[in-house]
Amino acid sequence: MSAVEYLRVSDLHAFYGESHILHGMDLVVNKGECVSLLGRNGAGRTTTMRAIMGLTGRRTGSIMINGNQTINMAPHKIAQLGVGYCPEERGIYSSLSCEENLLMPPRVGSGGMSLDEIYAMFPNLYERRNSQGTRMSGGEQQMLAMARILRTGAKLLLLDEISEGLAPVIVQRLAEIIRALKEKGFTILLVEQNFRFAAPLADRMYVVEHGQVAMEIAQHELDSKREYLHEFLGV
Amino acid sequence: MIELFGVPLPALMGQLMLGLVNGSFYAMMSLGLAVIFGMLNIINFAHGALYMAGAFLAWMGMTYWEISYWWALILVPLALCVVGVIIERAFLQWLYKLDHLYGLLLTFGLALIIEGLFRDQYGVSGQPYPIPEELSGALNLGFMFLPKYRAWVIVASLLVCFATWFTIEKTRLGSYLRAATENPKLTQAFGINVPLMVMLTYGLGVALAGLAGVLAAPALQVNPLMGSNLIIAVFAVVVIGGMGSIFGSIVTGLGLGMIEGITKVFYPEISSTVVFIIMAIVLFIRPAGLFGREK
Repeated sequence: MSAVEYLRVSDLHAFYGESHILHGMDLVVNKGECVSLLGRNGAGRTTTMRAIMGLTGRRTGSIMINGNQTINMAPHKIAQLGVGYCPEERGIYSSLSCEENLLMPPRVGSGGMSLDEIYAMFPNLYERRNSQGTRMSGGEQQMLAMARILRTGAKLLLLDEISEGLAPVIVQRLAEIIRALKEKGFTILLVEQNFRFAAPLADRMYVVEHGQVAMEIAQHELDSKREYLHEFLGV
Repeated sequence: MIELFGVPLPALMGQLMLGLVNGSFYAMMSLGLAVIFGMLNIINFAHGALYMAGAFLAWMGMTYWEISYWWALILVPLALCVVGVIIERAFLQWLYKLDHLYGLLLTFGLALIIEGLFRDQYGVSGQPYPIPEELSGALNLGFMFLPKYRAWVIVASLLVCFATWFTIEKTRLGSYLRAATENPKLTQAFGINVPLMVMLTYGLGVALAGLAGVLAAPALQVNPLMGSNLIIAVFAVVVIGGMGSIFGSIVTGLGLGMIEGITKVFYPEISSTVVFIIMAIVLFIRPAGLFGREK
């Protein structure tokens, strides 16, 4: 099976006001692939995600999503191409209940998971469905932030630091969920600080530094590059 | 005659009813302000002027084009919705990233312009607007006479307030609105056209003010200053209820109207100040308002 490009970012520059954050990012995610962006804090990984969603200030360069040029699109148009975004701060709405949070994002594609399937995958959310969104534990909020983009029919998932600050048991559960999502054919871009979490899941990894890609590493090269990563990421 | 606290019951009930009518206007107006503030982050000082414009449009419709009260109830809010959309596109959309003060100053300026235009054309003496035939007369409730039009204003505004509350709190569209109020950027990143929702929210808030204006036209005199007379008390209601709280603005509006009515019976001298006294007390005890959430 030859790889079909789903997301291609080329020479992407992004700004917040006067600050120039991304300095020519280049990356490709193929259909059905799970790709991880590694790097230190402040390297520009979260900004890359936000720039893909159109949430930064000025952007230049090119972002192709499923064959569509999105560099000048409004965020809601980008989402409607079938992109699901799980932000670093999770973005659970406090004015909505758990289930309302789950049902809020509108459909952006066909074949999203049903509410029953989602509750089967995240049983905790079923128990907390009537709780106010921000009254839930960190782990539950993270599950909710992931779950609500699975219902919409999005094919490309942008997951930002989903393992951050969570108990090891929950991180393990998240890893199982990502594997299940890969099997279902989702295309995933994963920003991670936690190398041990990301390494076994990702088909390929990009190391990001100073708003650019410093190195690309495929899964089978992991062992030979371990020394470099060790030094670079301090893992 | 039955008396309560030394006051004849019909007099007390009459003032209470009048208070409820005023409260209905407070509720509809502060509801619009609350929705607009939540979505646009703008304190819409033009709300009173737009309410007055609603009453005047109804009067002009009747005087120049023989448009009946019932048609005015539908057409005037629609017309004002269009006006609101134009104001939002032309002016307000440039202010969202700035401090509240800019929105307040701009809408205050708009209020002065709108008021000035009507004053220039019609002066400050009121224009009479007849009560529609179907609603003239009064009902004898045994303990008091209730003018039909007052009853209609209370019922109509309760229905409108309930419908607005229900739409925002219980429907899918409402969940978009609440989400966009809380985190507009993320909500847009989920595929919702937030700028469009913001524009329509302002249009609908202004339409609510216009509807209140049409309801007020037969009850009060149609007068270019009627908006600025009302809006100060409405802002006090918003502060007491808690900025941005939908439920709070409805309950506070009706409640304060009634308190004002009762004050007229027992201590008329402070009836026009009582709202502000309550505001001062509430600010002292609960700075975020009775139904507001502390940030």
